[in-house]
Amino acid sequence: MTQTEIFAAGGKATSIPMMGGGPEPTIFELSVSGRRSGALRNNGVPLVDPASVIDTAYLRTEPLDLPEVSERDLVAHFTRLTHRQYSVDLGAYPLGSCTMKYNPKLADTVAGLPGIANTHPLAPVSAIQGWLELICTLEEYLLEITGMDAATFAPAAGAQGELTGLLIMKAYHRHRGNQKTKVLIPDSAHGTNPASVTLSGYHAVTVPSNARGLVDVGALRGLVDNEVAGIMLTNPNTVGLFEEEIAEIAEAIHEVDGLLYYDGANLNAIVGVARPGDMGFDIVHSNLHKTFATPHGGGGPGSGPVAVVERLARFLPGPYPVRGETGFDLIQPENSIGRVHSHFGNAVVFARALAFMLALGGDGLGLMSRVAVLNANYLKALIAEHYPPAYQATCMHEFVATASNLKRAAGVRALDVAKALLDRGFHAPTVYFPLIVDEALMIEPTETESRQTLDALAAALIEIASMAENGEGARSLHEAPQLTPASRVDEARAARHLVTTWDAKD
Amino acid sequence: MSSFVPHTEEEISSMLSFLGLESLDDLYTAIPAALRLGRPLGLPAGLSEVEVIEKMDMIASRNRSASREMICFAGGGAYDHDLYSAPRALGGRSEFVTAYTPYQPEVAQGVLQALFEYQTMVSRLSGLPISNASLYDGASALVEAVNLAVARTRRSRVVLSEAVNPHWRETVSTFAMGPGHEVEVAPVDASGSTVWPDDAQGVACYVVAYPNYLGLIEDVAAVKRRAVEAGALLVVAYDPVAMSLLKSPGELGADVAVAEGQSLGIPLSFGGPYLGLFSTTMELVRLLPGRLVGETVDTRGNTAYVTTLRAREQDIRREKASSNVCTNQTLMAVWAAIHLSWLGRQGFAELGRRCLSGRYYLSSLMEQRGIGEVRLGSGSVREFPVSLQRPASEVVEEMLGRGFLAGVALEGRRSIGAFEGSLLVAVTEKRTKAEMDRYVDELAEVLK
Repeated sequence: MTQTEIFAAGGKATSIPMMGGGPEPTIFELSVSGRRSGALRNNGVPLVDPASVIDTAYLRTEPLDLPEVSERDLVAHFTRLTHRQYSVDLGAYPLGSCTMKYNPKLADTVAGLPGIANTHPLAPVSAIQGWLELICTLEEYLLEITGMDAATFAPAAGAQGELTGLLIMKAYHRHRGNQKTKVLIPDSAHGTNPASVTLSGYHAVTVPSNARGLVDVGALRGLVDNEVAGIMLTNPNTVGLFEEEIAEIAEAIHEVDGLLYYDGANLNAIVGVARPGDMGFDIVHSNLHKTFATPHGGGGPGSGPVAVVERLARFLPGPYPVRGETGFDLIQPENSIGRVHSHFGNAVVFARALAFMLALGGDGLGLMSRVAVLNANYLKALIAEHYPPAYQATCMHEFVATASNLKRAAGVRALDVAKALLDRGFHAPTVYFPLIVDEALMIEPTETESRQTLDALAAALIEIASMAENGEGARSLHEAPQLTPASRVDEARAARHLVTTWDAKD
Repeated sequence: MSSFVPHTEEEISSMLSFLGLESLDDLYTAIPAALRLGRPLGLPAGLSEVEVIEKMDMIASRNRSASREMICFAGGGAYDHDLYSAPRALGGRSEFVTAYTPYQPEVAQGVLQALFEYQTMVSRLSGLPISNASLYDGASALVEAVNLAVARTRRSRVVLSEAVNPHWRETVSTFAMGPGHEVEVAPVDASGSTVWPDDAQGVACYVVAYPNYLGLIEDVAAVKRRAVEAGALLVVAYDPVAMSLLKSPGELGADVAVAEGQSLGIPLSFGGPYLGLFSTTMELVRLLPGRLVGETVDTRGNTAYVTTLRAREQDIRREKASSNVCTNQTLMAVWAAIHLSWLGRQGFAELGRRCLSGRYYLSSLMEQRGIGEVRLGSGSVREFPVSLQRPASEVVEEMLGRGFLAGVALEGRRSIGAFEGSLLVAVTEKRTKAEMDRYVDELAEVLK
């Protein structure tokens, strides 16, 4: 196996586990009866026999079977697991639409401030003035960025933001006495869009894309009738192109009193350049864990604030923080759809996002998006000969290339390319999405990867393409990855022979 | 201004000329001029790291957070437990913190295996064999449980005990508006027990909290009988820390068990990010919301982990999916697995006993001292309501000045039937005898 011999500053991780490359036993296998980590505090209270206080019909007879490990074994186990895990801190993560940019460490310090980490969510308003100020400030900044009028931060992730936005849409139409049944969604949309539409009680209707990768506005006009509650769009869309005819789309939807929903998955392309509010959108969700650099935690926490235009503010979830004359307060909007989270949302994520915005400021945020777009176009051009872009136009923050050439010539698929990249120290791009492009590789480098990293990533991709030119090379690509903590994983077996806990093992 | 863009100006210029462009704004010709902002964002100028931290600290200092100066007796779904160094250090490792969703299992074995271990622990807590890789919080876990029950039974009537966390009930009602479930609240009587409706027609599920919001252990077995008769599912919203002492929801017949996992090693964090625990039976696995990690092998035959039964999920089933969950709370799930492993079998049992002992000490002391009327003093693990001579919210406000977050006022949107105006008091293992003694003294002063 040839390794790409380019080591970029801040770019290329080694994917070879530093040590302990073999599988790590589970914590349950490390357990030794009677062993434990630290001691609990002695709080000075006499210990009560549970059986004297609690109805024995409900009392457990044996202690819950949790692992019994020393702190030393615990630390070794989970540290070894981290050695089997890729992360942004280790290297580039060019997953399209996921916006895996570097997460500045200053936000970790902010998240750990005692006034951030230790506030009880049910404390009275007088005790949470700092948090309410933080949320109101973040709201003001987000509204300036999106061009909207009011925002809720309660949704815990993008998908929950989508559903919250759709319920606001529904509440609006009920309030207006509109009889609406369906929501339009482009065929390139993320899967959460149609799933959220179904959960909102509307029907999802697919709008086709045209040959340029944009919404087919003629087809759209044909689908718009009085039963259309609205449309969900990502702009730039999932193939990385700006929907140039957004004004026409907005007009067509607004004509039937429909609402435009903006999926903020791709907001990173346009901060400080253009604003969803100015494009005619009525409801906008953002992903703080994408655009505003809060860490994704291996699959969450996210945060999916929803911003709306003035006439929809009355429907926002409650409680809603407001800046008052004498301090900050919580109110329930007049026609609120109600609560969407146990408390206020993923609050610590707000603190991280605000810290990021304060650090960059207006100018820095504008540069952020511009360089994200520059990086995407640069990388697209570097690999275009081997991985033709699905669409020719200047892309925004991401682009979709295809590995269909390799498939035709050598049977090497996008999946093989992805796995071979792992061996070269890069995370793979998003593959097989969007569904409308054959053998899609959806690549989003983000602004925080250097030119050297992009050069190294392109070199790795080109090397993989050239390997696909001969039979032996193609075979080795089918066998990739080899240098990673696990070689190619049998996904089908996991589903066929379902073992989702240690206790379910034979 | 801070910037995390590594490019030098020369690099930007040369990359632009490689693309045949002159300026960064040339990248945006696809955006019609009328839609361009054409001005800088009206945000303050960027700051250096130290300035950002100082500014954030200034804002944060306006909170009266739990500390030695603000001793926390509030619960209501968020508890001030002790946290430990090893779990915090491990949970803060950047390989866990800065990873994405494990789409490429070959380089995500760390997160996947930690989730597999988490799922095992949650299945032991809940007594149910299938647990997902987490949901957003307790409320969202309950919403998903209700949706699952509706999908399973093809009925739309959902009966929730009034003694389920009122915020969760509100959240269920909000999301019920979409598909149009009929949400019905079964009231609690003066003893704190739920009075279930006699009419069982068309019930998709009964939702009972265990222990309930007031701390009472309800007759879950009786709700199970009711559910079986009605052909409905039993959904149990349990307190994971109470499972150190109590039988699991699975043992009591739950079809779905959900919980808020904040107590399992997550700081108070002003309510988030928290952790939604979700477990169910093997029979219902195809309707499981969210991600599920399964064990498998790699091509070398080594044990490996991967997200499985993916065909349930929104990115594949799209509009036919029964849940839209994508991102969840993976990091918090990993924290919980590490925290529970640190506590271990003995430590977790001891934790429950210490909470119970503290709760018993405080409620007994308040009874002795004649502080209000302690309700449901017997039976609860770490929380109980007390009726005071004054509105609870006033007492909470005054106690702030004395260095205590006295509890949660069961008022307004959090009022529960016969307990309206009571103060809900929580005691964790973190509360010392000295703190409780002083708390009762101060409370006596305030109530004088």
